[in-house]
Amino acid sequence: MSEQKKMLKVSSNPHIRSALTTSQIMLAVVIALLPAAGYGIYNFGPRALAVIAVTVASTVLTEFIYGFFMKKTTVTDMSAVVTGLLLALNLPVSLPLWMAALGGVFAILIVKLLFGGLGQNFMNPALAARCFLLISFPKEMADFTTKAVNWAGLSWDAYTGATPLAALKAGESVNVMNMIMGCEGGTIGETSVIAIVAGACLLLLLGVIDLRIPGTYIVSFVIFVGLFGGRGFDPAYLSAQLAGGGLMLGAFFMATDYVTRPITVKGQYIYGIFLGLMTGIFRIFGPGAEGVSYAIIIGNLIVPLIEKMTRPAPFGCKKGGAFHG
Amino acid sequence: MAKLTFKGGIHPYDGKDLSKDKPIKDVLPKGEMVYPLSQHIGAPAQALVAKGDRVLAGQKIAEAGGFVSAAVYATVSGTVKNIEPRRVASGDMVMSIIVDNDGLYEEIAFEGRDPEAISKEEIITVVKEAGIVGMGGAGFPTHVKLSPKEPEKIDYVIANCAECEPYLTSDYRRMMEEPEKVVGGLKIILKLFDKAQGVLAVEDNKPDCIEILKKLTANEPRISVKALKTKYPQGGERLLIYAVTGREINSKMLPADAGCVVNNVDTMVAVYRAVTEGRPLMERIVTMTGDAMKEPCNYRVRVGMSYEELLEVAGGFRVQPEKIICGGPMMGNALFDLKIPVTKTSTALLALSKDEVSAYEPGPCINCGRCMEVCPGRIIPSKVATCAEHFDEEGFLEYGGMECCECGCCSFVCPAKRPLTQQIKSMRKIQLAKRKK
Repeated sequence: MSEQKKMLKVSSNPHIRSALTTSQIMLAVVIALLPAAGYGIYNFGPRALAVIAVTVASTVLTEFIYGFFMKKTTVTDMSAVVTGLLLALNLPVSLPLWMAALGGVFAILIVKLLFGGLGQNFMNPALAARCFLLISFPKEMADFTTKAVNWAGLSWDAYTGATPLAALKAGESVNVMNMIMGCEGGTIGETSVIAIVAGACLLLLLGVIDLRIPGTYIVSFVIFVGLFGGRGFDPAYLSAQLAGGGLMLGAFFMATDYVTRPITVKGQYIYGIFLGLMTGIFRIFGPGAEGVSYAIIIGNLIVPLIEKMTRPAPFGCKKGGAFHG
Repeated sequence: MAKLTFKGGIHPYDGKDLSKDKPIKDVLPKGEMVYPLSQHIGAPAQALVAKGDRVLAGQKIAEAGGFVSAAVYATVSGTVKNIEPRRVASGDMVMSIIVDNDGLYEEIAFEGRDPEAISKEEIITVVKEAGIVGMGGAGFPTHVKLSPKEPEKIDYVIANCAECEPYLTSDYRRMMEEPEKVVGGLKIILKLFDKAQGVLAVEDNKPDCIEILKKLTANEPRISVKALKTKYPQGGERLLIYAVTGREINSKMLPADAGCVVNNVDTMVAVYRAVTEGRPLMERIVTMTGDAMKEPCNYRVRVGMSYEELLEVAGGFRVQPEKIICGGPMMGNALFDLKIPVTKTSTALLALSKDEVSAYEPGPCINCGRCMEVCPGRIIPSKVATCAEHFDEEGFLEYGGMECCECGCCSFVCPAKRPLTQQIKSMRKIQLAKRKK
């Protein structure tokens, strides 16, 4: 009997758990990013692979070393891999590798770990790191024309040239079909709409993300651009705006980041609309052609406010919560 | 037709196949019997016997200690050994009457009544005298439920036949084997409420029960059988009311505020037997189940019998369990010892060879929102639990922490394996104690 007592485990109810874990969710996101990463490597050559490898290595190592000194094992939750991969997909292929590594360290150490680690960061680490790099190294971060061929002795017919969004802003015509396929200039992972949407579909099917934020984001952006873009609801222009820049990658993979989006359903709709409007403002009235990263970062900052405004009424309680005590 | 249900909930492995086709077996206790004076919500019962007294089965050994309280009856004949604190399934020590079973099972004479002729007042008196409490697990005294302030406003009497808790099959066996008693109990309760219609609310994973009950109530104009979507916690009282009537009540309201009276299947049977046979609440159906149980089965057990003895009768364990639970896996209590009595609210003994809870290390919340999606109380469990963790009482109340029904769905789905339900439960306990002051 005493032996049996030793062996019985006691805990509070419930006594069963679903099989899904945090690291499985992170792994799903990594897998869903692989089409975009793969296309980036195909499009920009082996140096893209080097940028991805360096960035992921720097995020994972930063997490590991910090955990080593803090006596915590957090690297196994896979979130550092997601951050590293997302950051790499948001970098131009010609970026010096040390800058990519620095971005990885910034994302994990400054944006995430110093605020308390996974779940505590109030900004998307990958996007915050991208903005940090944009401000610190504006020339290198905006360089989409340097040929990265013949890197490491390999010859690669990589695409280089101005991004289609910049061309669009300059009033030039763009090839929407190429933009959807992805054979265009841009950051490593943002060019191919098909690859991004394929990955997003996997996440939608697995229930990791839903369409609330991407849907409202894209729709509100289209409406804004249609109204204020100066070309009305011209389908060619609108689809170029949709397919160009980081919109697809941002809407499906960064605006949906659990930690930095509102948890409430209503809040998610408001957040999506806010992102659409901000992106529209930055793209049309801003000096640059891009705006997704800054829109999401600013959106992250107002998440606590949105959550407070949209707190649901508990079952059987009227809105406003008559049950404060 | 849209299925009757609520928003949220989960679909865990239900484990009911282990024991659902095992007919109810009678067991006679041989060892010492333990009768806790608190087997219900409310004031403890007051002992009527003293050490050395001889008692008979069916003899009242403790009377209700107030209006919200319930009497306790001896279920075997024997001698009162002592009145002392004993451990119960919740882990608390509760003052209990200990009876030395003489193995004769001598009973007092019971006197039934004609359910057609009985008056409203008599029904409530009989139910109160019989010590009947909600047998689904909560243990709220049934006569209190049957005496709302405005009985004329009750328009639904709902028999809770959902049995949404995984692994449990006691209600299912009851409906399969003694459906006429379930319906009989419902008919008696309907006599109390002239305007009310009776609803037998069954989850649609029990189509055989639905069919039997439908056949049995075909000529009962006041009674209907309703199929509910199979989803945990469909049998939660507030959610059941919502599914059947579309009315929402919060944690501070009673079912009667929505014009409803809700009683569990076994409670209906207890009411029926108390009226027609004059028998007080002495026994209940207990499911012995789990992958570590040698022969999962359903037993008709006399209240007071120890789980240790019942387990022996059931054939013991197939493998050494890691966890033994009194009740279902979602809301039951983990036991560290089997020297615990079967009480009026015991539904099952569940022996699991693997404990899923200790297999995972809790991690940080990633704000994924899965807990919120499954929460039937429509609160944000992750936020409420964080408030509880930081002892932020104001935040806890503001986020609707008191509206939690402790069903456990949030802890079940959490990918970070956070003990959300436990954290919220602890804080609720503190707040409820404060309210009472």
